[in-house]
Amino acid sequence: MAKDKPGTIEVKSFGTHHVITQPNPLRSALLRVPESDLDDPVGRAEKALAGLSGEFKAWMTVEADRLSAAYEAVKQGGFNNETREELFRAAHDIKGDAATFGYPSAAAAADSLCRIIEHAPDLDAVPTELIAHHINAVQAIVRGRTKLDSAVVAGALSKQLRGITDEFLIHANRERPEHLEAVMAPSIVPNE
Amino acid sequence: MYRIDFNKLRFLICDDNPHMRRILRTLLHSFGAREVYESEDGATALEMYTHYVPDIVITDWSMPIFDGLELAQMIRQPESKGNPYAPIIMLTGHSEKRRVTVARDAGVTEFLAKPISAKGLYQRILNVVANPRPFIKTKTYFGPDRRRNTTNTYIGPERRGSGEVEVMQQPSLLEKARSSI
Repeated sequence: MAKDKPGTIEVKSFGTHHVITQPNPLRSALLRVPESDLDDPVGRAEKALAGLSGEFKAWMTVEADRLSAAYEAVKQGGFNNETREELFRAAHDIKGDAATFGYPSAAAAADSLCRIIEHAPDLDAVPTELIAHHINAVQAIVRGRTKLDSAVVAGALSKQLRGITDEFLIHANRERPEHLEAVMAPSIVPNE
Repeated sequence: MYRIDFNKLRFLICDDNPHMRRILRTLLHSFGAREVYESEDGATALEMYTHYVPDIVITDWSMPIFDGLELAQMIRQPESKGNPYAPIIMLTGHSEKRRVTVARDAGVTEFLAKPISAKGLYQRILNVVANPRPFIKTKTYFGPDRRRNTTNTYIGPERRGSGEVEVMQQPSLLEKARSSI
């Protein structure tokens, strides 16, 4: 859609690689504005996001119920490719979305569950309670958010779950250096 | 000072989660974008990519069947009929460094870890619009230059070999792709 005059691609060839450059095809979308320009697209977007926030509770409930349903399927049929994938995807979505929806502790609990699914050598050998506690924690955080003391409790709950999970994963992966390194590597997302 | 005229940009977003698509659509429209196309899986996104020729692709990583990484790899085919150069922003819940490396090696232009923020998304878009990087083609890689900085203090083996420089002029593939629709 951003249309500039047709440019030419320049290819410089070296011994092992080619470097390809072309005039910036999106240049026409870049506007030079005076320093006094008051337009604030980020502020506008933040306001629009705040306008959606009335729906976040309902969205989060849908996500938490999807996670519980995925875990029910695991309880019924055990872990197989399909149930594992769905449980991981449901937890992974909460890990990514929940903080945006105002539930950072649910995101932390879901992240901890994702780590179990990704790094446990044998999911059938993971204590059932460990996974169940994660599912219950997410549900409790989502359902109990309106209580005044819930943010502190939710934060402590997620932190405790993460500690137990890390302990389990470090022990379970003691002979698997690649996984051990991944388990112990810091996240690129800064802590709250 | 520079600002983006979002009105002139066409976006394709790909995420299997309807809530995240709604968030992204809301943010992009608030920035001023009018043309925002959506798909819920990689296969549909690839079809839409060829059909609508978006300026910028924003994709999730983890999706059923055909994920965002595969989508990036399919777009970055130098011999394909479509435009292999469009900026790809990977928006994902994956937050480990090794994932960033894998995405980078698949030809992803920018990586944005969730939770999403208006500022984070705007900055990534500004970066791909204002500071496009040259593309590198080797036997095993085709995508934006993975070296964002040059340093004179680097010590270690040089993986890129030098040699005779040859300059070839050819029509823009982007224009060719656009004129074919």
